[in-house]
Amino acid sequence: MGIEPKWVAATRITIIALGSIIFLFPFVWMISTSLTAGSELFKLPPQLIPDPVDGSAYVKLFADPSLPLGRWVINSIVVSVSVMILQVLTSAMAAYAFTRFSFRGRGVIFVLFLATLMVPFQVMVVPLFIELRYLGMLDSYAALIIPEIAMPFGVFLLHQAFLQLPRELEEAAFVDGAGHIRVFTQLVLPLSKPIIATVAVFSFMGSWNNFLWPLVVINSPDLMTLPLGLSSLSSRFVTDWNLLLAGATISVLPIVAVFLFAQRYILQGVAMSGLKG
Amino acid sequence: MVGDRGWKKLGLIALFLLPAFLPLIMFRLFPMLASLWVSLLEWNLLKPWEFIGLQNYETVLTDPQFHKALLNTLYYMVGYLPLVLVGALSVALLLNSKLKGIAFFRGIYFLPVVTSWVVVALLWKWLLSPEGGFVNYALGIFGIDGPGWWTDPTWAMPSIILASVWKDLGFNMLILLAGLQSIPEQLYEAARIDGAGIWRRIRSVTLPLLTPSILFVTILAMIGAFQVFDQVYVMTEGGPAGATTVVMEQVVKKAFKYGLMGEASAMSWILFAIILTFTVLQLKFQKKWVHYGD
Repeated sequence: MGIEPKWVAATRITIIALGSIIFLFPFVWMISTSLTAGSELFKLPPQLIPDPVDGSAYVKLFADPSLPLGRWVINSIVVSVSVMILQVLTSAMAAYAFTRFSFRGRGVIFVLFLATLMVPFQVMVVPLFIELRYLGMLDSYAALIIPEIAMPFGVFLLHQAFLQLPRELEEAAFVDGAGHIRVFTQLVLPLSKPIIATVAVFSFMGSWNNFLWPLVVINSPDLMTLPLGLSSLSSRFVTDWNLLLAGATISVLPIVAVFLFAQRYILQGVAMSGLKG
Repeated sequence: MVGDRGWKKLGLIALFLLPAFLPLIMFRLFPMLASLWVSLLEWNLLKPWEFIGLQNYETVLTDPQFHKALLNTLYYMVGYLPLVLVGALSVALLLNSKLKGIAFFRGIYFLPVVTSWVVVALLWKWLLSPEGGFVNYALGIFGIDGPGWWTDPTWAMPSIILASVWKDLGFNMLILLAGLQSIPEQLYEAARIDGAGIWRRIRSVTLPLLTPSILFVTILAMIGAFQVFDQVYVMTEGGPAGATTVVMEQVVKKAFKYGLMGEASAMSWILFAIILTFTVLQLKFQKKWVHYGD
C-alpha cells in the first residue's frame, strides 16, 4: 500500500475493471435475455440490447395463473422478514443473557450454540424433516419459519459486540432504578445498531436465498419461495430462457437493493467472521 | 438456597435465553442427535421402524453409487478449491489499495455472493448452453468450437465448478481483504527501505502474515465444497449419466425420493465424518505454514 507509482495504480485499476466485467456481465446478460422475445432467443449473433425489446416474459409470469410468481415473491418476503425479526430478537436477547448474567452452565450453553455452527445443516436435514412431519408442520409457512428461530451465528456476533459496549452507562441506569428489560431495550439495543444491522442483513439474505430446506418441506406451488419456484419453473420450461431469466431477475432485484443499501454492514459482517479465525 | 431475588434473576435469565435456546434444542441439537439414531434404523416413515444396527453404514459404504458421488464430490473440490482461492487472493491483492473507486469494484465482485444459488445456476446454465449460449458464441469468435458444457458428461462438472468459482470468489476475497488490511503499514515501509520490490514484498511480508486468513477461507471453502448441492440440483440434477452426482444430492434423493431415511442419515454422517477428518488434518498441518503474530 502507501503511495504507488502512477503506472502501478493505472495497471491495477485496469486489471480490476477488466476482471469486474466477468462478474457484472452475466447479470447484464440475464436482464437482456429476459427482455428478448422467445423466437429471437437462439439467433446468432446474440443481441446485447434485444431488438425488439420484449416484455412478454414478465407479463406471462405475472398473468398466467399456473405460474404464481406474485405468490412466490410474497412468500419469500413473508418468510424472510419473519425469520429476520425472530432471529435478530432471539439472538440479541441470548447475547444479552450471556454477557450480562453469570449463571451455572453459561459456558456450556454458549459452546452448544457455537457447536451447531460447526455441524453442517445437511447432517440434520433428514431428522428435522421427520420431526416437522410429526409436528404436522410440513408444507406450511411454519415449516419455513419456526425451525429457523435460533441463529447461532447472530448470537456469536452480538455476543462479541455486547462485550465491547462500555458498562458505565448501564451501571448508571441500574442506579437510577432501571431493570434489565429497560437496559436491554433502551440502552444496549440502540447502542448496537450497526452490528444488529449486520446480523439482520445476514439473516435476510440467508433465508431469501435458502433452497435445500424449502425444497424438502414445501410441496404446494402456492407456498413455494422464489428460489424453489424458479427451480420448479426450470424443470417445466426447459428452454424458455427469457421466462426463466425474467423470474431470476425479479428474484435478484430485492437482494441487490438490500445489498446496495446495506453494503457496509454486509462487508463488515464478513470481515468480522473472518477475523475470528 | 435460592431466595426471592435468586428466583427473579433466574426468571430473567430464562426470559432472555430461552427464546433462542429452546429452538436451538428442538430444531438443531435434537435433530443432530436423532440423526445418529435414525441412521441405525430401517425406516421409510410409512411402516414402523426397525433397528438394524450399522447395516445402513455398510450399505452406503459398499454402494457403487455412493462411491461415484464421493469421487465426483472430490473432483469438484479439487477443481474448485485452487481456482476460488487463488482467484480470491489475486483479486484481494488487487483491491487492497486506497485508490478512488475501489469500493465500487469491490461491490461488483461481491454481487454474485448475495445472489441465490438457483439464480446463479440458471444464469450459468444459459450462458454455457450449447444452443444459443453466450460463452460458446464468444469462444467461436476466437475460432474455438466450444464443448457441450453441462450436456456433456466430460464437461458437466467443469461447468458446475466454473459457476461455483464465479459465485464464491467474492466471499473469499472479502475475508482475505480484511486480513490484508490488518497488516500494519510499517512492515511494508520497512521492507521497502530494505530495497524489497513489489513481488518480494508480497512473498516475504504479505503472504506469511495473511496465512491465518488463508487457512480460515480454505477450511470454509472446503467444508462448503463437500456439501455442494444447490448448483448441481439446478444445473444438472446429477447428470448427464451420473457425471455430476454428488454426496448431498444422493442424500436428498435417498431420503425424499426413495424414502430411505436411515440410509440417507448414515450417508450424511459419513460425509460429516469425512469433513471433520479433513478439517482436523488442516488444523494439524497449519503449524507447518501458518504464521501467527506475537
